[in-house]
Amino acid sequence: MSPREVFALRDYLDPDLKGRTLSDPRQVVSLTDIAGETCLRGRLGELSGRSVLLAVTGQLLAALAMLEIDGVARRMLLCPPDLNADHIQALVEDAEIDVVITDQPARWAASGIKLVVTAEERLQPAARAQTERASEWLMLTSGTSGLPKIVGHSLEGLTGAIVADGPAQGKPLVWATFYDIRRYGGLQIFLRAIVGGGSLVLSEPGEPIADHVARLQEKAVTHISGTPSHWRKLLMSGAASEFSPRYVRLSGEIADQAVLDGLRRAFPAASIGHAYASTEAGVGFAVNDGLEGFPTAMVGENRDGVEMTVVDGSLRIRSRRAAHAYVGRQAAALTDGEGFVDTGDMVELRGDRYHFVGRRGGIINIGGLKVHPEEIEAVINRHAEVRMSRARSRRSPITGAIVVADVILADGADAPRSDEIRNKILAACRASLAPHKVPAMIKFVTALDITAAGKLARTDA
Amino acid sequence: MSVRLRIISAIKQIAAEQQVTLPPLDDDLSLHETGFDSLAFAILVARLEDDLGIDPFTISEDASFPLTIGDFIRAYENVPA
Repeated sequence: MSPREVFALRDYLDPDLKGRTLSDPRQVVSLTDIAGETCLRGRLGELSGRSVLLAVTGQLLAALAMLEIDGVARRMLLCPPDLNADHIQALVEDAEIDVVITDQPARWAASGIKLVVTAEERLQPAARAQTERASEWLMLTSGTSGLPKIVGHSLEGLTGAIVADGPAQGKPLVWATFYDIRRYGGLQIFLRAIVGGGSLVLSEPGEPIADHVARLQEKAVTHISGTPSHWRKLLMSGAASEFSPRYVRLSGEIADQAVLDGLRRAFPAASIGHAYASTEAGVGFAVNDGLEGFPTAMVGENRDGVEMTVVDGSLRIRSRRAAHAYVGRQAAALTDGEGFVDTGDMVELRGDRYHFVGRRGGIINIGGLKVHPEEIEAVINRHAEVRMSRARSRRSPITGAIVVADVILADGADAPRSDEIRNKILAACRASLAPHKVPAMIKFVTALDITAAGKLARTDA
Repeated sequence: MSVRLRIISAIKQIAAEQQVTLPPLDDDLSLHETGFDSLAFAILVARLEDDLGIDPFTISEDASFPLTIGDFIRAYENVPA
């Protein structure tokens, strides 16, 4: 029996597939030609078998470097743009990094990393490289505080859900994502574009949303993904009206019925799906029936190599798409004894569907009674007048904490009706939530912070 | 509106929201007899902090929680502005 063939990203860059592109606001790169080009000034050979820190500024250059070094380096650690510089030394040691790829070589000269390789968006011709090995893909968890964990994946695991969905029919797809592609949710879209023979339009930090949507239209984007917070921001902007993708995907946060319905109204011709994935557990599943939560039938059976269980209210996943380990000197076990990843995402059975209620660590404790902020937000978001909300803990000398809510109205500041809307929201909360879960105060705000990973910022979580 | 009136007004509003029937709010009425539970008091203290800019129960480490409506109102009146 011959050894199993090892595939790397370059093996999906078919020179016969014309017209494929990778673009950001400044540049369009041909994916058709790229296998015969280098962004590393021809230094790929020096990376063979090495452990690479991919620390470039922009996503486009990160994509070019990933395409070039996958299958040659031993491993590559993807640094998201918001990585705290104080954590780099520990991550370099934990991942045994011996090469850094950067567009700012001067910054790394004194880093102690043996080899500094400069990457640049200006591509040069190079011999088409050979795939030597299955490189390990290292990603960072997106928690807001402390040292992120390093999560080890293989390309085979990362692309498991893409292969399971089968090849796209008809014309090649044009993908876009609001995520940064160095995060799990964004990487999935990058890989879908590459493996599926399509194109990709990258997001750009700080770009006005109208300009971003104009690019999406100009590039004829067909498939696009983001977090519910990304999507609410787009719906609020009013910029969505000219854009008509065929597929709209949500992941990374709880997709409540309000945002699903909002997207249905905004994109009547599109298929709208919400996916569950985490950096550790990989892609769990996608739900395409337009309803929040997921059918109970998905739990307990093995679907395309993914098994799910619910233990003490928390979703657990055993999957070929899961990471293989946390990487580092004091890395904890990624799975339990039976191979399940405990996602920490809490679910509740209602009728024949499980609904996500929040993160285990995000619970607010009100005098001993507990609530997930997401549970309250789902009730608030049901109102047509509301675009987005955040429930949060407020310190209390009486109960330790109480819940308050910040709400963005759909039509901006609707000041004359604010008391009426507030009373309506509070009445709905009292009707469907236990008394301690009803916000003690509702404040109308014009913006809520979104983290670099595209999620609603929860400073108290 | 005086601090006293603002406190009484906030108590009445929370009572309406929580569907609590208040007895007459005399100064010597014990807080227990108002029918408010700890959640209702927590909401009251938070709203008064926003309205009056003070939370007398967090400012002072040794503040004992008041026993009557009169004590409660004086806790706010006695905080230097």
